[in-house]
Amino acid sequence: MTTTDRILAFITNRFPQAEISDVEDIFSLGYINSLFAMELVMFIEKEFTITIPNDELRIDNFRTAKAMTELVDGLRSAVV
Amino acid sequence: MTQQLAPTIDRAYARSFVDDAIRPEADTWDRAGAIPEDLLDRIAGAGLWAPFLPSELGGAGIDMVTLGEIHEEVGRGCSSVRSLLTVHTMLSWALQRFGTDAQIQQWGPELATGRTLGAFCLSEPGAGSDTAAITTTAVPHNGGWLLNGVKKWTTNGQRADLFLVFAKGPTSTIALLVPSNAPGVLVNPIDDMLGTRSSMLAEIAFSDVALGPDALLGPSGFASGMVLTGTLDLGRYSVAAGSVGIIQACVDACSSYAAQRRVGGTPLRDLPLIQAKLSDMVTDVRAARLLLAEAGRLKDRGDAATIMATWIAKYFASTAAARHASEAVQIHGANGCSPEFPVGRFYRDAKVMEIIEGSTEIQRMTIAAEAYRKWES
Repeated sequence: MTTTDRILAFITNRFPQAEISDVEDIFSLGYINSLFAMELVMFIEKEFTITIPNDELRIDNFRTAKAMTELVDGLRSAVV
Repeated sequence: MTQQLAPTIDRAYARSFVDDAIRPEADTWDRAGAIPEDLLDRIAGAGLWAPFLPSELGGAGIDMVTLGEIHEEVGRGCSSVRSLLTVHTMLSWALQRFGTDAQIQQWGPELATGRTLGAFCLSEPGAGSDTAAITTTAVPHNGGWLLNGVKKWTTNGQRADLFLVFAKGPTSTIALLVPSNAPGVLVNPIDDMLGTRSSMLAEIAFSDVALGPDALLGPSGFASGMVLTGTLDLGRYSVAAGSVGIIQACVDACSSYAAQRRVGGTPLRDLPLIQAKLSDMVTDVRAARLLLAEAGRLKDRGDAATIMATWIAKYFASTAAARHASEAVQIHGANGCSPEFPVGRFYRDAKVMEIIEGSTEIQRMTIAAEAYRKWES
């Protein structure tokens, strides 16, 4: 599975009724609260073995699966 | 010359400390309405304030499962002392998770050693469970922040040196590190509460408190809610652990009492209704401990499922503690209502567990929402 697929799988596992693409704004779905935001960050950090620094915890980095993939790729390349 | 090895900080270590330093005096502190400085120093000496912090900061780097076991043991001895550990843990964890390198270097060793004691300021006179209703404000000021507002029910507010204060910022709720001796901070003790009477509660007023830019802990904007969510999650975990400790204390007190007490010539221990109460206590303490351990294991793995697991552990343990502490008083009869037995304190403290770090009602709403999640339209 690609990074994007893994992120989408996490979201749809939590919200099975969500039919979202990699560029769809997940905040527009109306489900997202601070609890899920925390779960999402924890998932990404664990799944991809990275730590997301405070200055990357911006809404635009989490708006879509594509944006989250770019965040993961950027942080991974920074530690290589 | 012999080299003294640092003790292993685990459940057995905490149990020994609690039985020696805490449990024998808990009722005295409860009546006095305060924890003595000597005990705070002994906790520091034992390395129990924030042992999950890494060794380079002065902690012991213990995992979350073990932290839960330690807070359970402390909760078995005294819920007020455990509540001091809870709020100190919340601030210390938030610093470790969201602090800048400079903030961690400034405060980490202080918190790990207990030279600085932390407290958590969220509730207000008009905002408890409804955190969106807080009115304390932090506005940009001279490159830093100007803090105004009033926080209530702040555990250890009378004694803490550093407050983690949640306030409305320019675009979202933000978290600020505020020294208790900052000009404009006024601490008003709250005494004579129903339970956790020696947790040194206070109302904290912030009047034009000027703070530097380094007071801001963690991100602002979208992610600021995570500071609060994460911090409350740790608090909830600690309260769940303390609730397990209360149930265990009820088991210990009731089994001892029933084994020695006779009613109408019959040993209390032989009465089926007493056995029923005790068996339910024993069963629930084991179940609550397993739920707590599962939440701890998920935390140690960095698994997002820990948040819901912690909600469930806290809900189960706190409601079970309230139920069994009530039965513990019942088993003791009039003795249970007297100051000669600790079960009255367990009963009062257990009620508090159903209210703090997410009331039973909020927990039920959150857990039910989880069940409904896949049916959202």
